[in-house]
Amino acid sequence: MAMSTPNAGNHPDALADDIVLRADNLRTHFIMGARAAKSVDGVTLTVRRGQTLAVVGESGSGKSVTSLSIMRLLAHPGRIVGGRLLYRMRDGGVVDLATLSDKRMRAIRGKEIAMIFQEPMTSLNPLYTVGDQIMEMIRLHEPVDRHEARTRARRMLELVEIPAPDKRLDQYPHEMSGGMRQRVMIALALACNPALLIADEPTTALDVTIQAQILDLMRRLQREIGMSILFVTHNLGVVAEIAHEVAVMYAGRVVEQAPVHDLFARPRHPYTKGLLACIPDAKRDRADDGTRKMLNPIPGSVPSVLALPAGCAFAPRCPLAEPHCETAPPELLNASPEHLTRCWRHELL
Amino acid sequence: MTRYVLQRLFGMLTVMFTVVTIVFVIVRVAPGDPAAVMLGPDATPADIDVLRVRLGLDQSLPVQYLYFLAQLARGDLGHSIFLDMPVAAALLDRAEPTFFLTVFAILIASAIALPVGIMSAYKRGSFFDQSVTTLTMLAASIPSFWLGLILIQVFAVRFGWFPVAGYGGPDASFLTRMSHLVLPAVALGVVSSALITRFTRASMLDVLNDDYVRTARSKGMGEFRVIMKHAFKNALIPVLTVVGLTAALLVSGAVVTETVFSLPGVGNLVVSAVLRRDYPVIQGALLVIAAIYVLINFGIDLLYLMIDPRVRY
Repeated sequence: MAMSTPNAGNHPDALADDIVLRADNLRTHFIMGARAAKSVDGVTLTVRRGQTLAVVGESGSGKSVTSLSIMRLLAHPGRIVGGRLLYRMRDGGVVDLATLSDKRMRAIRGKEIAMIFQEPMTSLNPLYTVGDQIMEMIRLHEPVDRHEARTRARRMLELVEIPAPDKRLDQYPHEMSGGMRQRVMIALALACNPALLIADEPTTALDVTIQAQILDLMRRLQREIGMSILFVTHNLGVVAEIAHEVAVMYAGRVVEQAPVHDLFARPRHPYTKGLLACIPDAKRDRADDGTRKMLNPIPGSVPSVLALPAGCAFAPRCPLAEPHCETAPPELLNASPEHLTRCWRHELL
Repeated sequence: MTRYVLQRLFGMLTVMFTVVTIVFVIVRVAPGDPAAVMLGPDATPADIDVLRVRLGLDQSLPVQYLYFLAQLARGDLGHSIFLDMPVAAALLDRAEPTFFLTVFAILIASAIALPVGIMSAYKRGSFFDQSVTTLTMLAASIPSFWLGLILIQVFAVRFGWFPVAGYGGPDASFLTRMSHLVLPAVALGVVSSALITRFTRASMLDVLNDDYVRTARSKGMGEFRVIMKHAFKNALIPVLTVVGLTAALLVSGAVVTETVFSLPGVGNLVVSAVLRRDYPVIQGALLVIAAIYVLINFGIDLLYLMIDPRVRY
């Protein structure tokens, strides 16, 4: 369905031409009576056209809630309570997903922005064939008959390199392996040629060889189709493989966003630095006598989203923290033109 | 599939054989000489002996058992002395009101329970959901005969919209007969809907948070379609089980309702047979009801097969 964009004029200068999605201080809370779990509390990030932004962070840092907020698929009692989610439609208009009506949001889901999930084993409906589920997506958004939808679905299976696509179309999800199902999910998500694909830990549930195949596939599809990807993961190895840019999340906030090489070469936030130090490294972790050194975990633990500290959420665990950090939450600062960090003391890194 | 059906048919035969044996034993171990009981206190010993021979009670138990099996194999459920007709014919005579009463009651129960249960799960914790929980508790605690009496009082006696009782007499048209079933079917349906509502709600709550429901939403589908096509179909299997069991229960359990509404159904026949110690009728009715139970369960299992591609036996 063709989208008219009466909102387009509301944000004329808000989005540079090469930006597909920009979250501006997004805040998503889960409100339970008088208490609010501030799962996302100030996420600012940018996804560029045709590029992959990896969102990394530990469990509970708000990565998944951020992606579900963009799709507006939050489960009750989750709600976007503040901030903007500016999205550039394929026709050039800019909308704020945070305030869009449900009806217009439905036209965007699947067609403009599609999503794949962590659990390929349970993300497909067990009662319908794979073909039916892909065709359903196509026919929701485009006026094609069953026959044409089936041809398209078959082409999608070919695109994601599923052998014997004609046979697979008529199979049920339980007749396929996890890797195969994740390919089907990708085929499903890309069936209407979306401009932005949100991938929420799409390889976490898969074993390592299948994981590599799926990453290869996504990279190839991005080259061929040119969609942007927001890739949520906790695996820094995966980030290095697929991302152009990285946004690091901690306790509901993006604490650093930078091009992937800059970030790995010189993290400008102590949390990112700590994360990188946690990755086991065969050479670095070997002492002179050949024995293994201890890993370097970050001391302390993540604060509860029910009781975030007033200042920087990382301050209690931060080796660089000074009294100022505990009272004033840092803004996103430019460490360099393309490198943003939420650390008062980033010059020290 | 064929193999599965054959296996199930064999299993059903085994169940029925067991039921036949138990029924045979129960009737024989019940206290009192059936012949004496059937003829009443005024019968002469000679009359009783004649009836004993006629019923085959003078034979040894194993012989009686074989005779009973042979009789059933021919489709003969025995002969009622009181009614002076074959038991099968007596049951068939009474089958129509019971059959339609059960069907209507199940339709009414499902028509109430499925939408209410789905909505209740979808809006869980809301005022609607809480009201439904209270109302289903209430409906489940109401005896259907009491509801029947109230319905008669209001809709038959006061408004005169429906007949008070009976089945319209021997010459009544089909429509007239069915009009006699409306109030009893509502009474049974409302009471049965409580359990089905609770099951539908619980089953929907199980699937509403499933990943594929989120996937369906992520496709840009409207909520109604997400709920009905993707969630409800997955919630259907436990719900079908309860609907089937309720139907089976209604076949045998509508006795009181049939009595309140003076319907000449199977339940009514069984009650009078028990009061009269009409053993052949009791025996025959037990067997038929057991067979209906088994058949309904079989039907439900076939429905599972149709709904869920993962179900393979």
